[in-house]
Amino acid sequence: MAANPRIKLPESAKIGEVIEVKSLITHIMETGNRHDKYGKLIPRDIINLFVAKYAGQEVFRAEFGTGISANPFVAFQMRVPGPGTFEFSWTDDHGVTTVATAPLALT
Amino acid sequence: MRDLARITQFDRRQFLLSATAAAGLLPLITKAAHGETALERSRQFEETFARLTHGVTPVAEKIVVDLPELADNGNFVPITMTVASPMTDADYVKTIHIVSTANPVALVATFHLSPVNAVARVQSRMRLAKTQDVIVLAELSSGEMLISTTKVGVTIGGCGD
Repeated sequence: MAANPRIKLPESAKIGEVIEVKSLITHIMETGNRHDKYGKLIPRDIINLFVAKYAGQEVFRAEFGTGISANPFVAFQMRVPGPGTFEFSWTDDHGVTTVATAPLALT
Repeated sequence: MRDLARITQFDRRQFLLSATAAAGLLPLITKAAHGETALERSRQFEETFARLTHGVTPVAEKIVVDLPELADNGNFVPITMTVASPMTDADYVKTIHIVSTANPVALVATFHLSPVNAVARVQSRMRLAKTQDVIVLAELSSGEMLISTTKVGVTIGGCGD
């Protein structure tokens, strides 16, 4: 289960400025290699896809494997093309998507 | 005579010193040299690497990968990848892959970029099952590929059970 999606943006930005965008979500990222206390294999359950859109356009995409740590964190850069809102989505192995949005404050 | 005695004494001491040093260090040096070449690369890594590079020989330049030399906890290893690229419509980084040479699953992550990113820098956190080389591959819009290899020592492995 994915929970508590977080987006970290600069407090304000100018059009044309390059900003860093950070994202984090709470998720176990179960590898599928671990066993429970009865020796049964715990099935794989990870966030396998992360997509970031800004003003409706995709600006970054990440495909995660089991080698990404629990509570997957990713940071990327973007040149601010104009006013807009970020829409982030995280999709897990069950096809469940968690969405979070955050407007970018312009100066 | 006194001078000669001093020289002899010095020589003897030096000989002893160098002998001890040689005896003590030589195995270490040999071990280190072996360690560099003996880092195992999984078959899955070789297959994944061949698939991702699809016949292109990657060039070892323009990528800077920031990873700890020694990771205390293999479950949580911060990684920062920066590719020197103008990130224009004519010349930009399309994808960056993290490939592990010794994890149960070789392909750790793939990041897709475009000129809107302006700076080709991505940060994340990864798992490392044991001491190994971490390979970062970047595919440019021209089709050219770049590669970076970083050895990371792991005290307590991640990924496992």
